[in-house]
Amino acid sequence: MNESGSTSVVRARGLRKEYGKEAGLVRAVDGVDLDVATGETLAVMGPSGCGKSTLLHLLGGLDRPSAGELHLAGQRIDRMSEKGLARLRRDAIGFVFQAFHLMDELTAVENVELPALLAGRSPRAARRRAAGLLEQVGLADRARFLPSALSGGQRQRAAIARALANDPLVVLADEPTGNLDSEATLEVLRLFDSLHKAGQTLVIVTHDSRIAATADRLISMRDGAFVDETRLTGGTTGHLGSLAGLEG
Amino acid sequence: MQQEVVLALLAKEPSHGYQLRARLRQALGPLGDTMNDGQVYVTLTRLEKAGLVASEQAAGVADRPDRKVYELTAAGQQRVAGWLTEVSWPKPDLAEFHLKLIAAAAAGLADPLAIVDAQRRELLRRLRDAQRAAMAEPARSAAGLLLEGIVLRLQADLRWLEACERTWTRRKDES
Repeated sequence: MNESGSTSVVRARGLRKEYGKEAGLVRAVDGVDLDVATGETLAVMGPSGCGKSTLLHLLGGLDRPSAGELHLAGQRIDRMSEKGLARLRRDAIGFVFQAFHLMDELTAVENVELPALLAGRSPRAARRRAAGLLEQVGLADRARFLPSALSGGQRQRAAIARALANDPLVVLADEPTGNLDSEATLEVLRLFDSLHKAGQTLVIVTHDSRIAATADRLISMRDGAFVDETRLTGGTTGHLGSLAGLEG
Repeated sequence: MQQEVVLALLAKEPSHGYQLRARLRQALGPLGDTMNDGQVYVTLTRLEKAGLVASEQAAGVADRPDRKVYELTAAGQQRVAGWLTEVSWPKPDLAEFHLKLIAAAAAGLADPLAIVDAQRRELLRRLRDAQRAAMAEPARSAAGLLLEGIVLRLQADLRWLEACERTWTRRKDES
């Protein structure tokens, strides 16, 4: 439980990740405390090299912390066995990457059903789930397309559908709009917004201020540590029209 | 409402004031929400006095601006043509903020980084409002394009604030 009394999906205490040793020691993540509430959309922002991607890898069990504790839905995972961690990554965490990481030789629907098949679901159930997810992300008519036949925005939406295949506790996204133009970014933001409304917990590391501005909470990271936290509550000082130079 | 905008909207064909309003609403979407309906008529009246538009009253109705059909005069057409080819762009007022940081630091009155933080929060709030409005627009709407412009500008301002933060952090560390 965190301060507000709701359940934390992700809970980190004193999380640290070091590379190299002695003079060459780099603290990529340097003592991070973090609680992500169920259903929350959290954005972590910072310049490249600030440690935000390393942090996301730690949260997702893709990498092990050098020190600190990490809990996912109440379960301590920083000391979990490799096998247990692999199962956790497959069943409880959805990953979204900047470069999509779709399998080039598989169609959109085959990519999306893959995590469910790996989790041991029947081909029929996995396919049904994948088709439903592609519909949810607006790609029902692209199910049989190879990634190479999809636009950047469509590929990322397929990748997000894949991340949802096993109903993850949390979706972790690393620069999900980094390779997208303005219009495709808007598609992905709309999709994140609909996931948020459906109660999905999302942690997004990014330097795209559009994502940061639409998250529930924004954390700024510098040199491996959190330096600022913002909740964008309250209205703006002006109305929308004033932003476009229209007088009221 | 800028006079030239109303004039240019009239260039398509002689129109009632409410038709111009509808065209403005379509172009601006949610950004036009705070627009006062009376503004178009006030502007049309001014333009008529200036000889840039002429109006015709439908027969047998009272003298009311909302019953009139307005059209451009030759002078009005010339003004529109001039306005369309004129290169103008709003000036971003960055110097004021820049000097605020310098003055605050020099006088020791406030921490420039705190000023940058406050400014960033305000810009993020604006970005959130513009981004939400953009997400609510149907694809390829005219208002969506305007909102995209607002979003891109705010992003540019936020990037400049990052540069301000870097520089002032360095100066603080050095002092």
